[in-house]
Amino acid sequence: MNNMLNFIAGVGSSFRSKMTRLGAGTRLFFLILIYSVDSFKRIGLTIREIYFTGVLSLVIIIVSAFFVGMVLGLQGYYTLEKYGSSEAIGVLVALALVRELGPVVTALLFAGRAGTAITAEIGLMKATEQLSAMEVMAVSPVARIIAPRFWAGMISMPILATIFSMVGILGGYFIAVLVIGVDEGAFWSQMQANVDFSNDIVDGAIKSIVFGFACTIIALFEGFDAPPTAEGVSRATTRTVVISSLAVLGLDFILTSFMFV
Amino acid sequence: MEELISINNLSFGYDETLLHKNINMKFSRGKVSAIMGGSGCGKTTILKLIAGQLSPKSGQVLVDGQVVHEQGRDGIHNIRRKMGMLFQHGALFTDLSVFDNVAFPMREHTNLPENMIKDLVLLKLNAVGLRGAQKKLPSELSGGMARRVALARAIALDPDIIMYDEPFAGLDPISMAVICDLIRSLNDALGATSIIVTHDVAETFSFADYIYFLADGEVAAEGSPKQLLASKLPFVRQFIHSEKDGPVPFHVDAPEYGLDLQL
Amino acid sequence: MERTKLDIWVGIFVILGLAALFGLATKVGNLTSNNIKDTYTIYAHFENIGGLKPRAAIKAAGVVVGRVNSIIFDTEAYHAVVSIDVDNRYIFPKDTFANIYTAGLLGEQYIGLEAGVI
Repeated sequence: MNNMLNFIAGVGSSFRSKMTRLGAGTRLFFLILIYSVDSFKRIGLTIREIYFTGVLSLVIIIVSAFFVGMVLGLQGYYTLEKYGSSEAIGVLVALALVRELGPVVTALLFAGRAGTAITAEIGLMKATEQLSAMEVMAVSPVARIIAPRFWAGMISMPILATIFSMVGILGGYFIAVLVIGVDEGAFWSQMQANVDFSNDIVDGAIKSIVFGFACTIIALFEGFDAPPTAEGVSRATTRTVVISSLAVLGLDFILTSFMFV
Repeated sequence: MEELISINNLSFGYDETLLHKNINMKFSRGKVSAIMGGSGCGKTTILKLIAGQLSPKSGQVLVDGQVVHEQGRDGIHNIRRKMGMLFQHGALFTDLSVFDNVAFPMREHTNLPENMIKDLVLLKLNAVGLRGAQKKLPSELSGGMARRVALARAIALDPDIIMYDEPFAGLDPISMAVICDLIRSLNDALGATSIIVTHDVAETFSFADYIYFLADGEVAAEGSPKQLLASKLPFVRQFIHSEKDGPVPFHVDAPEYGLDLQL
Repeated sequence: MERTKLDIWVGIFVILGLAALFGLATKVGNLTSNNIKDTYTIYAHFENIGGLKPRAAIKAAGVVVGRVNSIIFDTEAYHAVVSIDVDNRYIFPKDTFANIYTAGLLGEQYIGLEAGVI
């Protein structure tokens, strides 16, 4: 009986602590909004962060996209060929990327690369009292450190997702047309006939913006909230990846059921 | 007003247990005061309470007549502009050079043109003897040097109040002597009020004007170095003469040795 | 980090993103090929519309000449009424037949118009 009670109490307190963190995260988001005016007046800060989150993620995004596109081309071709529909490979690759893989895989890679970098950087600044020092110097750390990184993430993610989709399609083109020999005209025309800009491409872009928001705010919060020790920071970076990934996949399901069904 | 900072009937704790119980302290203008005590007795927390980063459970902290934790955003902003704080390991911004670190408060809070800022930064760096390191990054500095740069940054806007959190911790004797000298000379040159949190007896007693001892959440003793050296209070004697055992016991609370060994 | 170098890279980043978006919009999507502007509306009655959806294509001789606007159920005659927007450029004779066909791998349905003789 006691064990059962302990278990229930555990669930309750775990839920309570998660809600507390959610509340703290929301509070951080509103603080960011309040202090955001500064990030746009001092646009140099934001641009610097766009470099670190976006530009430095380009290599991993482009390489991954090319491989994903190629795999889609390969897998898709051998399945479609059985039904004599190998010319639809363009449609398959394009829709899979634009609707799902572009936003989702980009978000997961973003969380792993840029998200952890943000969490570690902010956690470290907290541990070495840099954030405290800034506070005592009457400069708000939210305004100067956190808000620019938030906007940088929000801007970088959609751009990265779009690049991912395009490069992935090129990867699929490379495998299907140049290597396997599917008709080039059919590849593109079938794609154009079946990929709708406002339904597919724009919806994919909306997804990437939502994912960008989730990954960035989670990374920022975990860093800001991390215990100021080496162990605390390393745990926080792990949590960033795990929670971001789960959030992205969960949001993907919700958004997909709204948009594409 | 004689005191620039006064702490009245302050009680504070991070949770239910109180770290400070109803303490009173006064820090006079132009003087160098020290807060000493064992580890974990809440010395650094006093600095955070003065800077408004924490709010007391009861009592008040007054800076220049204003109650710190009752101020709004602008009020706190103005109080902090008068302060400079030196953190234990410097807390320099790791992505900025030494020059940019010292220039940071000037660039954030003033509209001075860059050439004036350059002159001021070099002035401050010169005062701490590190003008030659202006282009280095914090990762390239030794501990003592980093702390001196942090000191230059703390005095960048000529504050009225300078606070030091364990400025001597982990320094070699030469760096320690340098910091000692700087604390005193800067305080006098700027006409500032300095508060040092430390447990370093020898150095502090050599230049501080007034010293507070914290123990068990209360002010166990206070006075000028001369007064304290002559004090008969057991706690003060144990601290000053570095005695292993006394009011602060050697053994942490534990059951009887025999019971532990299961004799 | 030099300011100008940062700015250049961020600029390249944003341009790449815009180029990708442009590429997607033109080569991948149907943004450039869906330019049916002025239309007139006709109504087609079907016993069973199957899987026909709004915005499905209307084709004559394989050429897209219009789009399905809306599909409602007529409660008096108990059949489906599909309103079709046909491009102004194409006029069809009065006894044109409309049939529902299934296209392609994904099984999407469209209406095919066969012109009559009147």
